[in-house]
Amino acid sequence: MNGYLVTIATIIAINAIVASGLNVIVGFAGQISLGHAAFFGIGAYTAALLATKAGLSFWVALPGVIAITAAIGLLLGIPSLRVRDDFLAITTIGINFIVEAIFNNFEFFGGALGISGIPRVALFTLKLRGTEFLYLCLFFLALVMIINWWLTRAWAGLACFAMREEEAAAASVGISPVKFKLLAFVIGTGMAGLGGALYAHFMRFISASDFSFPLSVSLLCMIVVGGIGTLWGPILGAIIIGILPEVFRPLINYRILFYTTLLLLMIRFQPGGILGENSAARRLFAKTLRRGKS
Amino acid sequence: MQLFIEQLLNGIATGSIYSLITLGLALVYGIMRILHIAHAAIFTIGAYMGLLFFNLTGSLLAAIAGSMVVCALLGVLIERFIYFPLLKHPPFVPLIASIAILLSVEELARLIAGPQILTFPALLPFPALHVVGVTINSTITAVYCITALVLVLLWAITTKTELGLAMRAASQDRAIADAMGINSHLIISITFVIGSAIAAIAGILVGIYFNQVYPTMGAIPAYKALAIIVVGGMGSAPGAVVASMLLGMAETLLIGYANIPLPRDAVAFIAMIGVLMWRSEGIMGSR
Repeated sequence: MNGYLVTIATIIAINAIVASGLNVIVGFAGQISLGHAAFFGIGAYTAALLATKAGLSFWVALPGVIAITAAIGLLLGIPSLRVRDDFLAITTIGINFIVEAIFNNFEFFGGALGISGIPRVALFTLKLRGTEFLYLCLFFLALVMIINWWLTRAWAGLACFAMREEEAAAASVGISPVKFKLLAFVIGTGMAGLGGALYAHFMRFISASDFSFPLSVSLLCMIVVGGIGTLWGPILGAIIIGILPEVFRPLINYRILFYTTLLLLMIRFQPGGILGENSAARRLFAKTLRRGKS
Repeated sequence: MQLFIEQLLNGIATGSIYSLITLGLALVYGIMRILHIAHAAIFTIGAYMGLLFFNLTGSLLAAIAGSMVVCALLGVLIERFIYFPLLKHPPFVPLIASIAILLSVEELARLIAGPQILTFPALLPFPALHVVGVTINSTITAVYCITALVLVLLWAITTKTELGLAMRAASQDRAIADAMGINSHLIISITFVIGSAIAAIAGILVGIYFNQVYPTMGAIPAYKALAIIVVGGMGSAPGAVVASMLLGMAETLLIGYANIPLPRDAVAFIAMIGVLMWRSEGIMGSR
């Protein structure tokens, strides 16, 4: 594989990890979040600071990065207990703007210059680059997917799904909505932290604008396009949203317009996503399956 | 002291503009429970259309009227073809559609009119005022007068006419309003017409006030207006105006006097989260 493809594949894998985390919050627990890029950014900045200022290796710092991001996620998840739906959407937009402003304006976070000189990830003595780093990202993506698969199977997953459909009903059978909302925020933002750490060590230079609000929109688009609340939806969405701008590259001046128009058509006519319940792709698949049986 | 009064007057002008942008959003949220982020797209189109008609006719009045008509049409198109069919889905579906509209319109504006900042060289025919040794220039006078006119008109429509009664009925409970013989879908469309026409005025005023019209001029207002309607109480038009004025003054005075390390656009969101934690129905909300 050439470098261009490896770079795109790595970015897609990292986005898939972060989008899977968002899917836990939005798809499993039913809590809308439009500020997920903030947690991606918190993970990236924590990893970058631990690597450049404290001199810790990626592997030593990683548990700390995930724990710090998840702790902040828990803290900022508390508003979701007080506000619902539209309020939560706006609150999370606000969190995204505030976090970006803090990164951009405080000298500790490198200010407008960002943080540069983040070292590569080393495995024993081997410095991971190119394809090797892609494999590392895919390894973590597989880990994230196993956790998500377990979440959809285990009773915690059941509780989250029950809550997404009907919070009062879930509470009436002894499932505490508070506990599971916060758990979803912790797991989802922890995954964003993991993605952020990978991103920081991949780009080796980060600045506040990498984690601005449009990225949160893209992440939400990934899970919506792929299929919200499904296991493979975020992966498919990350691939589609990651590849589209490259496919439209020949139309350089019009590609963002194509991309946004496609998104608009998608959400207007297939709001459940490609892999969602009752989607065209799923009906087609079921039809082929039935035909195969008869 | 004189400086303080000048800052305060500037703050009120900023607040007036915020309230013109936010009113449409509050009206739409009140009746449809949709976060109409694409309202900022209509605001941008309003500024461009105003500039286009102004350059064609040379008359500011014709520019405002033409822009209001185009924006009202655009608002109804968005409501009929995008929002209304999506009402049965969870709230994030129309929200994402709305963001997609805003981004598409920004791109269209960039492709058609170009990425550069256009100037809006219109002079508003209002006098400059001199009050207690402070001069209020003609643009700010115009912002005050036009905002006051719009607010009084809107207040009259919503409280004194049958249309206003129907609008309030539809925003309280659409099903019951339908049962009472109100064509609630028509009322929703009329709400979009009113909100979008006000956004057109806001676009033109912002264009003249800062003498700038550019494709992404709606980006910051889009999200700041969301924060304002939360602070004001979701869907409450008077709340939106009060919150806009407070924010306009707070921003201007904080930037002038306090040395806060964050940009002024973050102030709105910090205020919003504070209000949400303290009184989640907003300063003038009912729920």
